[in-house]
Amino acid sequence: MLLKGNRFFSTGDLVAFAILAVLIFVILPVGLDTFRLNLFGKYLTYAFVAIGLVLCWGAGGILSLGQGVFFGLGGYCMAMFLKLEASSPEATKIQSTPGIPDFMDWNQITQIPLWWEPFHSLTFSLFAVILIPVAFAFIIGVAMFRRRVGGVYFAIITQAIAAILTILIIGQQGYTGGVNGITDLRTLKGWDIRTDDAKVLLYFVNGGLLFVCLFIAQLIRKSKLGRILIAMRDQEDRVRFSGYDVANFKIFVFCAGAAFAAVGGAMFTLQVGFMSPSFVGIVPSIEMVIFCAVGGRLSIIGAVYGALLVNLAKTTFSELFPELWLLGLGAVFIAVVLAFPNGLAGLYKDHVEPRLLVIFKRKAGDDSSTEDFDAIKTAAE
Amino acid sequence: MSDTPKKSIKTMEASRRSVLMGGTALAASLFAPKFLKAADYPTAAVNTTGLAVTDEDVTIGILHSITGTMAISETGSVQAEKLAIEQINAQGGILGRKIKYIQEDGASDWPTFAEKAKKLLVNDKVASVMGCWTSASRKAVLPVFEQYNGFLYYPTFYEGLEESPNVIYTGQEATQQIIAGLDWVAETKGAKSFYLLGSDYIWPRTSNKIARKHIEKLGLKVVGEEYYPLGHTQFNSVINKIRLKKPDVIYAIVVGGSNVAFYKQLKAAGIDMTKEKPVLLTISVTEDEIRGIGGENIEGAYACMKYFQSLDNPNNIAFVEEFKKMWGDDMVIGDVTQAAYLGPWLWKAAVEKAGSFDIDKVREASPGIELTTAPEGYVKVHKNHHLWSKTRVGHAKADGQYEVVFETAELVEPDPFPEGYQ
Repeated sequence: MLLKGNRFFSTGDLVAFAILAVLIFVILPVGLDTFRLNLFGKYLTYAFVAIGLVLCWGAGGILSLGQGVFFGLGGYCMAMFLKLEASSPEATKIQSTPGIPDFMDWNQITQIPLWWEPFHSLTFSLFAVILIPVAFAFIIGVAMFRRRVGGVYFAIITQAIAAILTILIIGQQGYTGGVNGITDLRTLKGWDIRTDDAKVLLYFVNGGLLFVCLFIAQLIRKSKLGRILIAMRDQEDRVRFSGYDVANFKIFVFCAGAAFAAVGGAMFTLQVGFMSPSFVGIVPSIEMVIFCAVGGRLSIIGAVYGALLVNLAKTTFSELFPELWLLGLGAVFIAVVLAFPNGLAGLYKDHVEPRLLVIFKRKAGDDSSTEDFDAIKTAAE
Repeated sequence: MSDTPKKSIKTMEASRRSVLMGGTALAASLFAPKFLKAADYPTAAVNTTGLAVTDEDVTIGILHSITGTMAISETGSVQAEKLAIEQINAQGGILGRKIKYIQEDGASDWPTFAEKAKKLLVNDKVASVMGCWTSASRKAVLPVFEQYNGFLYYPTFYEGLEESPNVIYTGQEATQQIIAGLDWVAETKGAKSFYLLGSDYIWPRTSNKIARKHIEKLGLKVVGEEYYPLGHTQFNSVINKIRLKKPDVIYAIVVGGSNVAFYKQLKAAGIDMTKEKPVLLTISVTEDEIRGIGGENIEGAYACMKYFQSLDNPNNIAFVEEFKKMWGDDMVIGDVTQAAYLGPWLWKAAVEKAGSFDIDKVREASPGIELTTAPEGYVKVHKNHHLWSKTRVGHAKADGQYEVVFETAELVEPDPFPEGYQ
């Protein structure tokens, strides 16, 4: 039996993973033209952040309102590499100093700053995409969780960090591109990322990475570590009195969330062709929490759907009603939170999955699925 | 701000008719209709690249922020573009085809601009786009326009340093706005020392760089230069520094909401601009911004632009009247709004000159296009895709309007990459 459950994946999980895989790798690429597919690729980059939030917030009870920081850092690392490649002396000969990124030239900087130099190397940049955000998350985590800062205070501090980083990026425009961001990215090692073929390929790479992250997240959720996280969320003191070092677990899961967000940011840069501080600040960070809430903060798969649907709604509403779309979107959020406090995933678990499982049970005569379902239901409640 | 025409269908019809039949001699002379028939320009011949052109109509895009922080600035541009489209349609359209538009919301968010630009070009195959306002939004859409060979009319005065084959810049690049104004203030006000300040991003920084070079070329002195983040509202420390240094001119390039705080605090600190000690010269405050600042708070300041609502010429009188008829009597028209209004007209002229909607042919036809009907007066497209236009200085009055006190005798040549100012 293909969809038989094991320690990490219940039958229900496998069904949900399979449905998502079919949607991302078959239905969307077949059903959409390249332009729309590229848009979906962009939405999926937010799903990375949402998965990280499910781990931090849904499982660990750590609400971070600054995930945009990690998304942005990952995206900026990628963008710096691409920008250096796009700033060859031939391509920039119109500038007063050819061979440096255009925004540096506008800001009277005449040579590439030292800390930009390593980003000439793709290998370094790819490592930096993950390591810099994770190191940053680690510093924040150590500083906060060791001092037992949690809950609302942690949320406020992450928000402040998002604001600070935005101001820093905008203020240092000679080195960062300022409000405009780093734009006009062209090639990756000579491979033009702007063509339709490249967009399709990047979409699949993005989808593949998303599944890698989903599997890692699922392993974390279902391992002993995941159970400690949930215990910590519900009764932190008991976990501490049982002899666990709560801070370490929190730091770990916060870093994992940061790493996911960073991968999303880098894929965003590749697919959209630029990076700007408008992804780093408070508003996008809160938006990312909304994706997670709409999808269901307890479900990693739900988070992916949340990111997809909210962004699809944003695009569609704004195309149909350019003058009223924000109001419509706001109304949908309020409705979702009031009607389905566990998000779309809650809806699926309560109404769709039991029926699916009945079908599978009938076909396979598999007894374990009912237990799984009960377990899921209790977890969701 | 409402974006829907305020008048009823009935009056809209009436105004359309008055334009069509030349209801007033003024309208007739300004917008003399050229009756081109679509039949003389078969679609297959005027549209060889698959743009959204049919036998009856041609579709263009309007891409501005109508939500978010920039909406207050960009709404005027949207209104001006819609007015121009309506007037062109009333005259029979372009090559016998009515203009239809698809409006998209950039939502004050640069990535959204890029997404919507791509949608307009790839999905809707629009023949041109009127859009963008901030430099950041233009930079975000630029690669999209160049990749998919779209054609953008960009209305805002901006920092220059750009010359895209896919953009016509209907606003001024930095030198057109700065040099004549500085010459004027040095000559008529005898200014010797300048204090430069601005919001911290590319446009004010580049503009002040050009201003500083020019001031130094004139043999005068810059006694201070400072930048504040967008949205900054505490200007007391710089105001104290200004009082200490006693410059002859405060050269201010503060943008957006910060303006309100800046001018109010300046007035509260006892710097009365009507006394002109120091003279305040700005390139960032149009009539639109004065609505937020309050006319009494900025009375006496000078602004250097290419257009003021109070310009006294028949083109402008008709334009202001039509604009108010369409959007309401309480509207004010700033420099950028007028530049946005030029977009559809310049595109029409280029398409008719090319005899084709094909982007490449329109691009080729664009340099040299003249518009004698522009509210700012005569303008002409330079081969660098910017406009030749006059520089004017206005004196702010308490009622929120500017009184024009100076204009250059000749059109000023656009120079987006000014030698010696970089």
